[in-house]
Amino acid sequence: MKKVSETILKIITIGAAIITISVLLFIIIFILIKGTPYIKPSLFSLSYNSENVSLMPALISTVAMTILSLVIAAPVSIFAAIWLCEYARRGNKLVKLVRITAETLSGIPSIVYGLFGMLFFVSFLGWGYSLLAGAFTLSVMILPLILRSTEEALTAVPDAWREGSFGLGAGKLRTVMRIILPAAAPGIFSGIILAVGRIVGESAALIYTAGSVAQIPENVFASARTLSVHMYALSSEGLHVGEGYATAVILLIVVVLINAASAAIAKKVGGYR
Amino acid sequence: MSKKLELIMRAKIDGEIFARSIFALSAVISILAVALICVFLAANSFPALREIGVLKFLFGTSWKPSDIPPSYGVLPMILGSLYVTAGAVIIGVPIGVLTAVFLAKCCPKKIYKLIKPGVDLLAGIPSVVYGFFGMAILLPVFGGSIISASILLGIMILPTVIGLSEAALRAVPESYYEGALALGAGHYRATFAAVLPAAKSGIFAAVILGIGRAIGETMAVIMVAGNQARIPSSIFKGVRTLTSNIVLEMGYAEGLHRQALIATGLVLFVFILIINLSFQALKSRSKS
Repeated sequence: MKKVSETILKIITIGAAIITISVLLFIIIFILIKGTPYIKPSLFSLSYNSENVSLMPALISTVAMTILSLVIAAPVSIFAAIWLCEYARRGNKLVKLVRITAETLSGIPSIVYGLFGMLFFVSFLGWGYSLLAGAFTLSVMILPLILRSTEEALTAVPDAWREGSFGLGAGKLRTVMRIILPAAAPGIFSGIILAVGRIVGESAALIYTAGSVAQIPENVFASARTLSVHMYALSSEGLHVGEGYATAVILLIVVVLINAASAAIAKKVGGYR
Repeated sequence: MSKKLELIMRAKIDGEIFARSIFALSAVISILAVALICVFLAANSFPALREIGVLKFLFGTSWKPSDIPPSYGVLPMILGSLYVTAGAVIIGVPIGVLTAVFLAKCCPKKIYKLIKPGVDLLAGIPSVVYGFFGMAILLPVFGGSIISASILLGIMILPTVIGLSEAALRAVPESYYEGALALGAGHYRATFAAVLPAAKSGIFAAVILGIGRAIGETMAVIMVAGNQARIPSSIFKGVRTLTSNIVLEMGYAEGLHRQALIATGLVLFVFILIINLSFQALKSRSKS
């Protein structure tokens, strides 16, 4: 009896792990088989038209969107984390409020960000469907992500380093900039990489903020579609599903690279601790 | 000489104060963001709620914005979201928790190094890619239906459930497991009877976070759920969720219709706030 239950538990545990991994492999192999035949040089031509649904403009827009969102969100979230960890006093009411709101932000689904971006950046501020409205919407979305990982990285820096720096006569700001931030850099960087992953995969928050024009945007006030939005557009048009799978292959490659980079950094951080 | 020194000191102090205020201002931005989101969602949906009536909006069973007169009842979408989320939990949670047990307690290190990055990859795959996969694999078998959406969402919440459950299982003191072994239990019995119950509140927190992800998921659901705005009669019928309602109609909606869609977003937002609060409460309990 005892042996039987032990065997059953063993089977369901290992079975579940096998299911998880086979689902992953199935998805990846399926996308590769469907998408790879459609990856041709013409898919990377600089202009999109109804005969050649090039993904190059979307790729360029994705890079632009990522850089713009990071430029807006990274300084703000890193500064906020510095204030929370290095400046604010323990038990400060404001600290608690900042933490609660950041947690709230990290739970809000992307479509709600999309609605907010549409109401605030697109309509209220009058930016229209644009790269800029999309980037601001995304930067609110990734703020809690970078904030959290920066906080973790800052608290991991030993207090002795701070005391040593003060003991040598450095001020607070110099200690933060010269001692703490460099030591915390890998952790902060891995947060930024996670944020890049979210930006690249995002679609619901962008459809009604950045719009879905399939050309290379001329400036930040032009509408643009990222790779994920491009994929959704192709699937709802239903005419070029093959090219959609090809886009999925490119997205998968990006995600694998991002994960590898963040794993490499995590290893480095682990070694340093 | 001393005057010069004084100037340098003063500049330094000014710099410190300047930096401190910049840092504090940045911290306030997350408060500002939440406040703005609440204000803009509420302000833009209140006119519609007043015109339609809150009860009629929440419990109205028909959503026909193009009829004359139009009707805006969001109950089918609320039920749709709840059904597909429940389905996702039924499919995703058992597999996720058991996989977490395997990773935390039964997994040789070499295999762990292969599976863990796989789970991270599952978390990184964009929802549109899941949608494409679902359209090609699930639609031919189940059609656009609750069951298709549940299976796809069940897969999508796996990494969330696995990650947090694994952490909760690892946080259980080794003595629980050893105690059970000493009482004569085998490895798996000890894990399931002693370690798993001890990690209960952490695993509940993982499930709640998974629910939050499932109810907020948009693009993948649109691609496989069928999207009919009516109360479904079986799990093989199509449904529309709160999230898909917004994306499907926002493109052409105007006036009251547009405000009603924003109000749909407000309903979703309230759901998410409730889920977040229960997650916080559970997390603080599992810590203590």
